[in-house]
Amino acid sequence: MSRIHVNTTVNGDAVDFLCEPDETLLDALRNRLGLTGSKEGCGTGDCGACSVTLDGRLVCSCLVLAAEAEARAVGTIEGMAAGEALHPLQQKFIEMAALQCGICTPGILIAAKALLEKNPDPTETEVRYWLAGNLCRCTGYDKIIRAVMDTAADLRRA
Amino acid sequence: MVKVAIWGSLRSFTEGRAEVEVEAATTREMLDKLAEAYPGLRPQFERGVSVAVDGLVYKDAWFTPLKPDSEVVLMPLMVGG
Amino acid sequence: MALDDQSKAKRVFKVVGTRPLRPDGVDKVTGKALFGADLTAPGMLVAKILRSPHAHARIRAIDTSAAEAAPGVKAVVTAADFGAPADEAVRDVLVNCMAHDKALYDGHAVAAVAAISEAAAKAALKLIKVDYEVLPHVTDVDEAMKPGAPVVQAGRQVETVGEGFSENVTNYCEFGHGDVEAGFAKADHVIERSFRTEATHQGYIEPHACLASFASDGKADLWCCTQGQYMVRNLCSQIMGMEASQLRVTPSEIGGGFGGKTTVFIEPVALMLAKKSGRPVKIVMSRSEVLRATGPTCSSSMDIRIGMTRDGRITAGLARLRYQGGAFPCGTVEMGAMAAFAAYDLDAVRTEGWNAMTNRPKQAAYRAPGAPMSIYGVESVVDELCQHFGLDPLDVRMKNAAKAGTKASYGVTFTDIGLSACLSKAKAHPHYAAPLKAGQGRGVSCGFWFNFGGDTCVTLNVNMDGTVSVTEGNPDIGGSRASIGMMAAEELGVTFDKVRTQVVDTASLGYNEVTDGSRVTFAVGLATIKAAQAAKTVMCQRAAKIWGIDAEAVVWEDGCAKPSGPNAGDFPPMTLAEIAAVSSQTGGPIAGHHEVNADGAGVSFGVHLVDVEVDPETGATKVLRYTVFQDAGKAVHPSYVEGQMQGGAVQGIGWALNEEYIYGDDGRLQNAGFLDYRVPVASDLPMIDTVILEIPNPGHPYGVRGVGETSIVPPLAAIANAVSRAAGVRLTSLPMSPPRILAAMDAARLAAAAE
Repeated sequence: MSRIHVNTTVNGDAVDFLCEPDETLLDALRNRLGLTGSKEGCGTGDCGACSVTLDGRLVCSCLVLAAEAEARAVGTIEGMAAGEALHPLQQKFIEMAALQCGICTPGILIAAKALLEKNPDPTETEVRYWLAGNLCRCTGYDKIIRAVMDTAADLRRA
Repeated sequence: MVKVAIWGSLRSFTEGRAEVEVEAATTREMLDKLAEAYPGLRPQFERGVSVAVDGLVYKDAWFTPLKPDSEVVLMPLMVGG
Repeated sequence: MALDDQSKAKRVFKVVGTRPLRPDGVDKVTGKALFGADLTAPGMLVAKILRSPHAHARIRAIDTSAAEAAPGVKAVVTAADFGAPADEAVRDVLVNCMAHDKALYDGHAVAAVAAISEAAAKAALKLIKVDYEVLPHVTDVDEAMKPGAPVVQAGRQVETVGEGFSENVTNYCEFGHGDVEAGFAKADHVIERSFRTEATHQGYIEPHACLASFASDGKADLWCCTQGQYMVRNLCSQIMGMEASQLRVTPSEIGGGFGGKTTVFIEPVALMLAKKSGRPVKIVMSRSEVLRATGPTCSSSMDIRIGMTRDGRITAGLARLRYQGGAFPCGTVEMGAMAAFAAYDLDAVRTEGWNAMTNRPKQAAYRAPGAPMSIYGVESVVDELCQHFGLDPLDVRMKNAAKAGTKASYGVTFTDIGLSACLSKAKAHPHYAAPLKAGQGRGVSCGFWFNFGGDTCVTLNVNMDGTVSVTEGNPDIGGSRASIGMMAAEELGVTFDKVRTQVVDTASLGYNEVTDGSRVTFAVGLATIKAAQAAKTVMCQRAAKIWGIDAEAVVWEDGCAKPSGPNAGDFPPMTLAEIAAVSSQTGGPIAGHHEVNADGAGVSFGVHLVDVEVDPETGATKVLRYTVFQDAGKAVHPSYVEGQMQGGAVQGIGWALNEEYIYGDDGRLQNAGFLDYRVPVASDLPMIDTVILEIPNPGHPYGVRGVGETSIVPPLAAIANAVSRAAGVRLTSLPMSPPRILAAMDAARLAAAAE
């Protein structure tokens, strides 16, 4: 089987790569493009560590074929900060100790950013249900939820 | 002489005694003397024991000093997670 | 020469107890931090492992010839490639990494292939022919103990195991003091209950991953996610038959461990493939491999008997614990047996424990190994006795609580411990007084863990620009780089931003015990403080030379060397930065180091309160409110202490309500993925409130006690007690998933209707 040549946009940059037909977007990001910020925790879409946005929509990149990225826009954790400036969510996560080992953090940040872009004033319950697809084993979620809600409040004030 | 507490399943090797006395100034000496006096304890000692001296647990420290009034308790070798 | 006096005076901390930003924070929130699977090497091969589909089978033959000849394959290994290490425990690790004459559990590795791509490796696996003779299997602990059960390994029984058990029973232990029969006779009521808990997995989100390379001159390099790079070097060098110093292990950032990464599973296989192929080899486990073939907890079957007087005094406690730790001998039941009644001051107590082998993966540690199960049983029976007499559960705990001077059930006399303080705080907390509605229940439980010290090395370098580099050897799982940097800053009298903490590879520092046993803030902290003290000694000597006075006449205060008194001379203080700037001219670079087998780790106690609501139609449990009380000795970085308390509590909640290993009649794991191995998600939980108590540990310069493990212990019983009260029926088996609660409630309704 021959490889597929994919032309896509990742974090605003036009890129291209060759991939196997059955290769996932997660594997292409990590192994073809060197973007190892998205993580494989399960490979079956249950943990959210591979969360990226595809044309602005939150997806598990382990459930998207690399070939499906053709002519679409992919957003990963590597694109969340703007140069030197961290996104407010990233900054707040550090300040409020909303990470311990950090493996789930990229996926949770991408998911949280997608939430706040869609709903700038979520309740605690809305944040918890939105993030229910992102597993964290270290924190018990408490400080993560607080960090997301605090950031939402900061952004609303700005 | 220092008194050493022996845990339940080892007491069959110390003639049923829950506490035995040995002449020892360090934990290494204490374990060596115990194994000499009660050879049935050797297999467990080879597998590993921790020694608690006055409430502090030492996993494998030969030269921990023992005083005559020290509380010495043998415990299985433990690990955390 | 006098240093600042910090021994007797009640210390006022400047850095310790604050909440600075962790030094690795930016890397982790931007995806830049490198975890186990994130590294590649030129010429790298990808390896895949062939695993047994049978729970128990003799391996008659393995034919790897077709795989070896397959396109892109550069090496194939089986057990035949490995020697036999002298140490029995190391042999067990090796056999677990690569099956010898038998496949001992579903998922047991039997062969491995390294190829130029993942696809080539997967294709080659299919070409390996394994001739299995399927054998009868056993996965249940009680079944495995019965004479006549299929024997997992012959000849592994130790001398303390009595008669009448199958050869699967490897260990027996007994602890306690006093006359339990006399104690039960004194009780006004005695309750005996049997409990079962199922195996759970640590559930770290990062699967095991490593990258190994092996040069033809016998030197090897290994990059892996691990809780202890020195442990990996130790085990792998013994397994590979090489000198430890020839193997350099570099720890990656680690995506969770909780005890499950305190051993090796894939690393020896990667090294052998790298050796045979002459190329770097990368292995990354899939999630189903992690669940099937790494190290879950023991499952347990327990009988607990406790007697109490009507005014709430426990007169005797007896626990019989049967744990299975997979297909190898396992000592975890000993810790469970020692911890079971640790929270109580008892005149008569006995705990007995047996370990049995089963056709399941080899157990690995998981936060306070052995303690959650036995304490779940004990705390449930204590709670049921409280219900029987109509007594307040916290009052009864307080009445019987272990204190300084109590002889623990495992023989040690406690010194200063924080249990009574935690209980009082819990009793006075608004959570305890909050009203409950119908269908809701409140549960309490105590928890306990030993905490450990262990081998530790720290080097501290004072850089010429006035910054300080701390070199340590323990992977940072929960924010320890920050706490260690804080303790260095505190001891030196500089600000936190001047300290850089690095976790280094095995070639750069002496031996460090794995990150386990809640040891890092305690032991590495202690070594860091001593290394800082050594550096201060040197800096005072340099200042003395510059001033032309006796080194004895210089003290260190507020980050500066100062003359110790007016007689010493009238010299303005020299800051650390000033002394460092002229280090070269005054004798050379300045450093301090400390190597120790740290002891004096204090035990830690905790108390948890939880409110739940049980849905009578579905049996589903909603956790409404949760509060954790724990004694930390001294909270160096309170945010990360809170994080440990919250994380452990939620793991315990998962263990109590949903998580379990499900084996089929065929002995195969049915739920090897996160869909059906159901860990808590954000929508399952409320906020987890924390109350940190600080009863200083006299064995640490700042009073630190380990905190990482204790918080997984109370939730099992706290949730069980809450659910039992909410549902109106006592449950005695974990997890309490909705179908089980519903069945128990239905049975209770039927029984009540029948009366």
